[in-house]
Amino acid sequence: MTTPHVTTQPSAAKAAVALLALALATAAFAAPEVHEFTLGNGLKVLVKPDRRAPVVVSQVWYKVGSSYETEGLTGISHMLEHMMFKGTESLGPGKFSRIVAAEGGRENAFTGQDYTAYFQSLASDRLEVSLRLEADRMANLLLRDEDFIKEREVVTEERRLRTEDQPESLTYETFQAMAYQTSPYRHPVIGWMSDIEHYSLDDLKGWYRRWYAPNNATLVVVGDVDPPAVRALAERYFGPLKPAAVQSPKPRPEVEQVGLRRVVVEAPAKLPYLLFGYKAPTAATRPEPWEPYALDVLAAILGGDESSRLQSRLVRGEEVAADVGVSYDPYDRMTTLFTISAVPAQGRSMDDLEAGVVEEVRRLREEPVLAAELDKVKTQVVAADVYQLDSVFAQAMRLGRLETVGLGWRTADEYVPRVRAVTPEQVQAVARKYLREEALTMARLKPLPLSSPVARASAPAAIEGGRHAR
Amino acid sequence: MLARLFAVLLSVIALPAWAVPPVTTWQTANGARVVFVETRELPIVDVSVVFDAASARDGSRPGLARLTSALLAEGAAGLSADAIAERFAAIGAQFATDSLRDMASIGLRSLSESATLDAAVDLATKILTRPDFPADAIERVRRQMLVALQQVEQSPDDLVEREFYRLLYGDHPYASPPEGTAAAVAALTREDVREFWGRYYVGRNAVVAIVGDLDRAKAERLATSLVGALPAGEPASPLLAVQSLGAARRVNLEHPSTQTHLRLGEAAISRTDPDYFPLYVGNHALGGSGLVSALAEEVREKRGLSYSVYSTLSPMRMEGPFYVGLQTRNDQTGEAVGVALETLRRFVRDGPTEQELDAAKRNITGGFALRLDSNKKILGQIAAIAFYGLPLDYLATFSDQVNAVTVESVGVAFRRHIDLDRLLTVTVGQPSGDGLARTSASP
Repeated sequence: MTTPHVTTQPSAAKAAVALLALALATAAFAAPEVHEFTLGNGLKVLVKPDRRAPVVVSQVWYKVGSSYETEGLTGISHMLEHMMFKGTESLGPGKFSRIVAAEGGRENAFTGQDYTAYFQSLASDRLEVSLRLEADRMANLLLRDEDFIKEREVVTEERRLRTEDQPESLTYETFQAMAYQTSPYRHPVIGWMSDIEHYSLDDLKGWYRRWYAPNNATLVVVGDVDPPAVRALAERYFGPLKPAAVQSPKPRPEVEQVGLRRVVVEAPAKLPYLLFGYKAPTAATRPEPWEPYALDVLAAILGGDESSRLQSRLVRGEEVAADVGVSYDPYDRMTTLFTISAVPAQGRSMDDLEAGVVEEVRRLREEPVLAAELDKVKTQVVAADVYQLDSVFAQAMRLGRLETVGLGWRTADEYVPRVRAVTPEQVQAVARKYLREEALTMARLKPLPLSSPVARASAPAAIEGGRHAR
Repeated sequence: MLARLFAVLLSVIALPAWAVPPVTTWQTANGARVVFVETRELPIVDVSVVFDAASARDGSRPGLARLTSALLAEGAAGLSADAIAERFAAIGAQFATDSLRDMASIGLRSLSESATLDAAVDLATKILTRPDFPADAIERVRRQMLVALQQVEQSPDDLVEREFYRLLYGDHPYASPPEGTAAAVAALTREDVREFWGRYYVGRNAVVAIVGDLDRAKAERLATSLVGALPAGEPASPLLAVQSLGAARRVNLEHPSTQTHLRLGEAAISRTDPDYFPLYVGNHALGGSGLVSALAEEVREKRGLSYSVYSTLSPMRMEGPFYVGLQTRNDQTGEAVGVALETLRRFVRDGPTEQELDAAKRNITGGFALRLDSNKKILGQIAAIAFYGLPLDYLATFSDQVNAVTVESVGVAFRRHIDLDRLLTVTVGQPSGDGLARTSASP
């Protein structure tokens, strides 16, 4: 949850006044509270009323994702996510989606390193449909060979679309695999192609049995609903499901990095691309409690928005970058990467770009950030905390995510006060402690010509050629 | 200019079934159309100012509209790009500009607390009414646009989009890529930008949409502040009618990707075409509703040929396109395209089944509230209503219009607008596979 908006150096007094005004303006406004309960079988349920429109979003989050996987089975969580739409003992393949659609709903699912989640958005009087169907597939999924064979092909197509044919994604994948040595964060969420091609139906059955149980899941409901009514529905549909003996994943921490790593990816592309990744703790890895929030503020000061340091100095100013990005997630389950990405400006070299980024990191380590920069980040965080309430989906995401990585949904309420407590000294301290060259991995994309296709296993000769359309 | 507003078209229309706040509309003294919805639950104000000043107005200079839009916040009223960015950040406001084919838009989101909102609006007003177009910013943004053009070159999905529009629209302004072309972007001058801005960023060519925590009086002041200082000017001239392709056409752009990306379709309807609802509902059944659509069923669910397969109806000011899209491994392009094309042919020939149509209508009407469940979504809806001149009761009557669609009206509308003998098929990749030949000539 990197705060998206920051700035550089206005007058400290002005920023402080703005922050005060925003704090006063938003203090009178009370966000609705979250109702929490746990069913007898261990299913955690979070309900947050939001009565602005007669809609509801329902999400089921499972504590399993790509970081629970081992070599040879990478991407199996994502493959299982696809198979969850293929029917149950009482429901034919594809019926789940048809029922939701006929009720006016929108639905989908997503898999990450730390979670697999399923959702429906519906008119609020149709919530029961969602809970009935999700409870059914939590326990009664039918995994059939014919569906599996076709869906595995779909997943290979998804991987080609998202990764193989996108030079920046391909670079990021190699960068990740190089940055992490022992952590399961080293492999891609979608899995390596060869692993995808060699899943078996038994692999999926095993994965489903191992992780899909009420005591390994969280149901999040946000919208125009009454918590007692949601509770009654949850009891009715999920209540009868049996808990399972779910073993926690083994720790598999990342070993300490002991020196700079560099990697080059060569792929057909037009533009080079630069990635910096520093090993960084998260709220879940139990560093000093303020550290993840200081890193979050640091990320915002460096690259949060148009007014951030990299934008004002490297994109404008020096004009060495055409585009920059900074990302850090304080809520990852395991040691993560503080990432800086950049594309060089036209006519500027990768060495110039790299030197520009290195210089900005050096400054963060050696000089405290200005009070005004910090105040602006805090102002942005206060405002963004209100803005996210405009989306029922975003509210549900926030709760489900925090619960699923083991931090608990109440961590969401701590975010603003924790960020507001960060000091310039703390920002400098985390810069010095974590933005170290010994803990850095750097990747460069080196473009190969697009006009002469490289030989690839699945690339036969074109039937109609030419770079130019005719 | 006097801050006086007069209600030319003041009307208040209630939305159906549930109490969505009413849409109010009026005009500013210099002719900008304003649409407003008051929502008091969250202390937020969202504003969108839309000009008919996007790439359809590029003329012989592809990229001019995008450059103009991108330069607005790069210097205004003597403030530098840095100063503008810092001022928005210091009050927690979010500001963005965008320019596609029809709409050049400015978006502002602020907390509604009075001093904060006033500061955000004041800054946005400077950007809208007094842009400086500094010479150094022009050079920098130009170089960034040239980099973005290279990004397109390495993305098969961006390439297929660009080629499809270029070939489909030929001499029509919609052929011009919003991101420009390298030669044209390199040649754009500050004079071009100033002239474009002066012609199109005017009151009578503007729509202001406002949603959030403020009353009508405050919304009136806000709209007047934002655009009131612009000259009234003239609305953009009507665009030429789109000429349909004389015959089917199939083009491949070679790209070293493992998949081939497909776009297959033609120019269909404008946003105000009376056939909008039958085409919209029909397209929903055909390929506009995710995994349950006919195309997804045939291409993905039954055969595992593609991750993403869909059809899109994009009505615009003039005849926007209808198209089928998918990506598939190069060597099965023939099969995937064949199945998609056959599904389209059957649909145009026979229309949807009663069951398919009923499912589409239930999905659209049952989920109506999901279109309006946030300030941001309401803002997008009312901005489009005002920009395209849709009736103010558009949302109120939406579900009735959907329910009035029949199997027959879908069939008639598809046959009227989708000519299977004049389809444009664009692929990017290295396509091969059985069945590809079948699709390469007109049937």
